[in-house]
Amino acid sequence: MAYFLQQLINGLTLGMIYGLIAIGYTMVYGIIGMINFAHGEIFMIGAFVSIIAFLLLGMLGIGWVPLAVLLVMIVTMLLTSVYGWALERVAYRPLRNSPRLAALITAIGMSIFLQNYVQLLQGARVKPLQPVISGGLRFMKQSDFVVSFSYLQIFIIILTLCLMVVFTLLINKTAFGRAQRACQQDLGMAALIGINVDRTISLTFVTGAALASVAGLMFLMNYGVIDFYIGFLAGIKAFTAAVLGGIGSLPGAMLGGLLIGLIEAFWSAYFTVEYKDVAAFSILVLVLIFRPTGLLGKPDIEKV
Amino acid sequence: MAPPSGTTTILPPLDRRAVLKESAYIAIFVFALAFGLVGFKTEDVPGGLEIVTRFGQVFVAALVAFVGRLGMILLREQRPVPVLWGSAAFAAVMLALLIGNLAAPAADLTRYLPFGSVVINWLVTLLAVVFFGRAVWVLRHRSRAVTAGREAVMDRVAARVQRSARVIGPLLLGIAIVFPFLPVADRWLLDIAILVATYIMLGWGLNIVVGLAGLLDLGYVAFYAVGAYSYALLATYFDLGFWVCLPFAGIMAAFAGILLGFPVLRLRGDYLAIVTLGFGEMIRVILLNWYKFTKGPDGISGIPRPSFFGLPFTRNPPDGSESFHSFFGLEYSPLDRIIFLYYLIIALALVTNFFTLRIRKLPVGRAWEALREDETACRSIGINPRNTKLTAFAIGAMFGGFGGSFFATRQGFISPESFTFIESAIILAVVVLGGMGSQIGVAFAAVILIGLPEFFRELQQYRMLAFGAAMVMIMVWRPRGLLAHREPTIRLFPQGPPVKEPKT
Repeated sequence: MAYFLQQLINGLTLGMIYGLIAIGYTMVYGIIGMINFAHGEIFMIGAFVSIIAFLLLGMLGIGWVPLAVLLVMIVTMLLTSVYGWALERVAYRPLRNSPRLAALITAIGMSIFLQNYVQLLQGARVKPLQPVISGGLRFMKQSDFVVSFSYLQIFIIILTLCLMVVFTLLINKTAFGRAQRACQQDLGMAALIGINVDRTISLTFVTGAALASVAGLMFLMNYGVIDFYIGFLAGIKAFTAAVLGGIGSLPGAMLGGLLIGLIEAFWSAYFTVEYKDVAAFSILVLVLIFRPTGLLGKPDIEKV
Repeated sequence: MAPPSGTTTILPPLDRRAVLKESAYIAIFVFALAFGLVGFKTEDVPGGLEIVTRFGQVFVAALVAFVGRLGMILLREQRPVPVLWGSAAFAAVMLALLIGNLAAPAADLTRYLPFGSVVINWLVTLLAVVFFGRAVWVLRHRSRAVTAGREAVMDRVAARVQRSARVIGPLLLGIAIVFPFLPVADRWLLDIAILVATYIMLGWGLNIVVGLAGLLDLGYVAFYAVGAYSYALLATYFDLGFWVCLPFAGIMAAFAGILLGFPVLRLRGDYLAIVTLGFGEMIRVILLNWYKFTKGPDGISGIPRPSFFGLPFTRNPPDGSESFHSFFGLEYSPLDRIIFLYYLIIALALVTNFFTLRIRKLPVGRAWEALREDETACRSIGINPRNTKLTAFAIGAMFGGFGGSFFATRQGFISPESFTFIESAIILAVVVLGGMGSQIGVAFAAVILIGLPEFFRELQQYRMLAFGAAMVMIMVWRPRGLLAHREPTIRLFPQGPPVKEPKT
């Protein structure tokens, strides 16, 4: 039981990170119907900006942890969303009316480019960071096993929940959110009623990038090491999460992320660590076979 | 809108403030992009990381962006003269510094260069030259229609290439056949040619799936891996030769294709893409972790080389048997084997090409193309979409398997490292950049994407960067692919004299 609980906690933490990245995929897919293949790299850039910001703050001597984390979060959200914006501008806007495959190729190209760009600028070695938040709660002490719920995990879960609340308000209550939802339903119609479609799509990429950058920050704090290659696998898994939850659906992305995180944690705990990625993909295949629109996705009717 | 050439046109006055504002926006934007990752570098020091700042580079990047944008606006607004002089002066100074640096490294001219990296300096210089050329072009044409017409020009080129494929194809083939005997063909060049030909073959194989059947496959490398490992394992476990294993490898890969395709082929495009991607990763993870069978990350070494009708390419054949050079009474040359491999892959590629061309005219090939265009219509006329897609998937996978076993025999060593997602992405890029469905386009794209970077091996670290950038730029420039041009394979009412079906 204690072991199960521990895996549940680990899985939830991991799932929160995947969920935050998955939202970026699902939003972009919902609005322009394309897989933003370079989204994983945006997450990776977020992690790199975070580590740089942490090191700088360390040099400046800002040691109070809540302030430091808050500052790092603001900096990484700002700087990473510029990359999200640039990505849309360079790789998606010129191709909006082109065959879908073309946009996929530019996205893969951007992904390769950004990976090597970061590798070139920051070096190929892994970057370690000292734990920022340490300590934690320990409970259910059994003979040889203690469930530990670290403050870091608590922080990640609470921060994700807060971000989700803010994000939901953003989508449901603000003008941008309304424009975003309108564009999601029908781009042409939204343009006709005076919504600036270009700007809405740009902002969608920016919002997705900001959330992914926080995920990058969490990943950095959770694992303590990053390299330029982390974006690929995290990106694929987050996309899997988005599909699992039903692509285009925002709560679905979060749910899918949580499920992927849990599957991964439990699989590594009870079966084999090596095949945890295989497990996530197998689940994806099963879901797609039996429920092709994902868990919360609306079935889309193909018109002739 | 285009003013007739020869007449002077009155240009609208330039809104200087707006121009400066737009350029400044770009500069600020580039500054924000560069600030975090270029401005600070994390350096490994004992006991953690240290930050090194490079603000100079950030400012220079922003300045270059500002000037570049300004130049672009001026060209767009038909004012080429300042751009002409500016870019000429800049390029001249840069070239003087760079060449001076090459000629006399002792003078330490690099400290006057704007960027720390020599490659970036050359790139900026090249950019200035491009600006110069464009300014000259605008000065001579003074017409806006030019930019609009560029797309059409390239379309016409593509159409012409397709139509003259009958001539170009055999011509290129002839060059490919005599290539190893040209005096320029050394070991290095032959290796590149083999690599390019491998990608051409894989591109043609994937073209069946992506170009003809319209199924987006992001996991083609899985079949490539299955082919390679089938051959390597059969050869090392059962001591079988290349030619015996080749069909097996193809069959195994096709079988893997069916196995994967059966459950997932009813999915729509993007879902299919992600599932195939996942499958590719799964195969790699399994190869990596099934240590007893595949030797995991250590890979399989000592894979036998192919033989020429049983004649091995060795200097000293075992007693009582003959090797290639002794049988034909030639001087032994290590190049023999390379040349043989080269012809082998050319032959495999040609088989793929021939197969594709012929199968396009069979009912199943026509069904693929019909499915690509409209699945619902196909269903209503009685085509079974799943079986049709499955054949495309299996046949594409089979060629991937052939390519894989060729890869294994050429390298003599394989490990899961060689079958990462990037490989799938490169093969897909070859197909899409070339223009889907166009056989010559695929060959062309393989030469550009695979061959060209090989010549820049020294710039190792910039190679993939440039590769990614090239993928983006080519796609933005020609979203349908470099030589995309679709001719219907069959016409209902051929107009005029019977139209010969162009071979693509």
